[in-house]
Amino acid sequence: MGKQIRVGWLTMLALAWIHTSVQAGEPIRIGAIFSVTGPASFLGEPERNTAKMLEEQLNRDGGLLGRKIEVIVYDDESDATKAVTAVDRLIKRDRVMAVIGPSTSGSTLAIVPKVEEAKIPLISCAAAKKIAEPVKRWVFKTPQNDALAVKKIYQHAKSAGFSKIAILTASDAFGAAGRDELKELGVAAGMTIVSDEVFGPKDTDMTAQLTRIKGTAAQAIIVWGTNPGPAVIARNRVQLKIGLPLYMSHGVASPKFIELAGPENAEGILLPAGRLIAEAQVPAGHPQKAILATYTKEYEARFKQPISTFGGYAWDAIMLVAQAVKRAHSVEPVAIRDALETTRGFWGTTGEFNFSTEDHAGLTEDAFVMVRITKGNWEMLR
Amino acid sequence: MPAPSDLLQYVISGATLGATYGLAGLGFTVIFNTTEIINFAQGEFVMLGGMLAVFAIRWGGLPPALAVPLAIGLTTLVGVVTDRLTIRPVRGRSVIVLIIITIGVSIVLRGAAMLLFGKDTYALPGFSGDESLAFLGASILPQNLWVGGMTLGTLVAMKLYFDRTISGKAMLACACDRKAASLMGINVDGMVTLSFALSALVGALGGAILAPITLTSYDVGILLGLKGFAACILGGLGNPFGAVAGGVILGVLESLSAGLISSGYKDAVAFVILLTLLFVRPSGLFGRRAAERV
Repeated sequence: MGKQIRVGWLTMLALAWIHTSVQAGEPIRIGAIFSVTGPASFLGEPERNTAKMLEEQLNRDGGLLGRKIEVIVYDDESDATKAVTAVDRLIKRDRVMAVIGPSTSGSTLAIVPKVEEAKIPLISCAAAKKIAEPVKRWVFKTPQNDALAVKKIYQHAKSAGFSKIAILTASDAFGAAGRDELKELGVAAGMTIVSDEVFGPKDTDMTAQLTRIKGTAAQAIIVWGTNPGPAVIARNRVQLKIGLPLYMSHGVASPKFIELAGPENAEGILLPAGRLIAEAQVPAGHPQKAILATYTKEYEARFKQPISTFGGYAWDAIMLVAQAVKRAHSVEPVAIRDALETTRGFWGTTGEFNFSTEDHAGLTEDAFVMVRITKGNWEMLR
Repeated sequence: MPAPSDLLQYVISGATLGATYGLAGLGFTVIFNTTEIINFAQGEFVMLGGMLAVFAIRWGGLPPALAVPLAIGLTTLVGVVTDRLTIRPVRGRSVIVLIIITIGVSIVLRGAAMLLFGKDTYALPGFSGDESLAFLGASILPQNLWVGGMTLGTLVAMKLYFDRTISGKAMLACACDRKAASLMGINVDGMVTLSFALSALVGALGGAILAPITLTSYDVGILLGLKGFAACILGGLGNPFGAVAGGVILGVLESLSAGLISSGYKDAVAFVILLTLLFVRPSGLFGRRAAERV
């Protein structure tokens, strides 16, 4: 009997020892919310893939501060309500140190109050200006602001000698935000908007709008929307034989756009894009070259699908958290937040991030290059 | 004032867009005529026609001339299966029950297409190339002519079928009075199955010839179904000619309001006119007044 008790004690001690050792090596948990399914899955799927790939890579290289990292991904199904449920689960049940995502601006704005209340840093992969303006203490973002894309287009248009432009924007959140920026920044850039047309994101024929634009004094057309609308416009423009130069937004910077429009209809279209899509043309000495080349090679080998700009937003978000953890030498949410805010000169796939107390978006126009679609490929200008 | 060639462009664009609505709407009339059911899975038949054609080319490596008939055939089969699995087991229930079932079918078909084909948008090559033709200063795609021609052809074929053949008349008889039709020796269940097959065939044909112009994805059925339904209502439910005419009118209205008034309000303008018209003529432009059932 006494022997049995002794064995029991030993077993319990052993169990307790195992338990404490597990706690010491417990992984650093980072939460992620992406729109892996639903209409925004073109954003969420590459983001999820990228996050999972980086999790493996970081762990293979020894993790952070000697601990493994664990990225817990939830799918919000492109639905803001589900994003709120997911962030609750991440904060309360999974007890994450930081949250990355969501993929869409709507979901991001919906969960901001939750992360602020829980005091957990959030690095959004969505583009809307409102996310980081005005600055929210706990919220950062990685994609370029729409305003940067508009500035880049206006710079190019100005140097080409255009001053009268027609804008054709989608009647969804992305298109409406672009339309506001185009109108607001047009004055400063010396552009006169001579035609302001709109199309429904599900519309299948834009010849009426283009015919109307043809009858104005416009020297160039700027289209703001995400697929498939802009692809239909590219087709209709060739059908109507409209020779005006066509600018598009960074919302179509994926090979899918060229496929949908058809290379012959996409020929000559100009758009601002991150360097990621034209990675091969980035000059060898550029600080982003190595990051872009490695990410592209590894992603394409692993997932057998072409690289997408959107996956890059998740790359930047995770690596920003990783460098913040290393510099803060802590996994306390508040320490990570403070380290994020003092990030300077961090090169990600999107551009060079310089966060400060006044700027939680961190990028400049330099995060965009102008590309032209030539024979079904992206050609980087200058 | 816009140039005459611009006006012509608006009308041509609108008419081809409208033909797509009309073609989507034609399928509604067939099933309605036999069963008085509004088949809300009609838009999904249209989607299947386009998506199956795209994937017969992508996965099967078939030439478009084979892929399109194959897609239409498969969708017709889906129509038959839909009737046998979902409509026939509950025959005799009130029409509203059956209509709700078709909504369920549409959700299932859309979900299955999403799982099978993914969530991307796809393009189908034009049947006779993508080079646009000039016509009095307006431009037309060869595919637009295909859509117009096929719509007219289908319309004529359906008119002949319902007016001139015994089985077409038998189908109409089922709608008037199932019991009497059955007593006259008409196989009512068979007629319902046939009507589902026919409407799936017409829908799939529409989907396949539209895909080169409008692009296609698993969820195009919602909008096409809605616009097709609006076209039917405008033209008078149950009248194939009315469905096509209603579609063309709706398309031209949209295009003219985008061109002449404002592209932001084009749907609103078109639907306000639609509502006003229905207020004045509740049975639609070409609909007969519904006979009161006793």
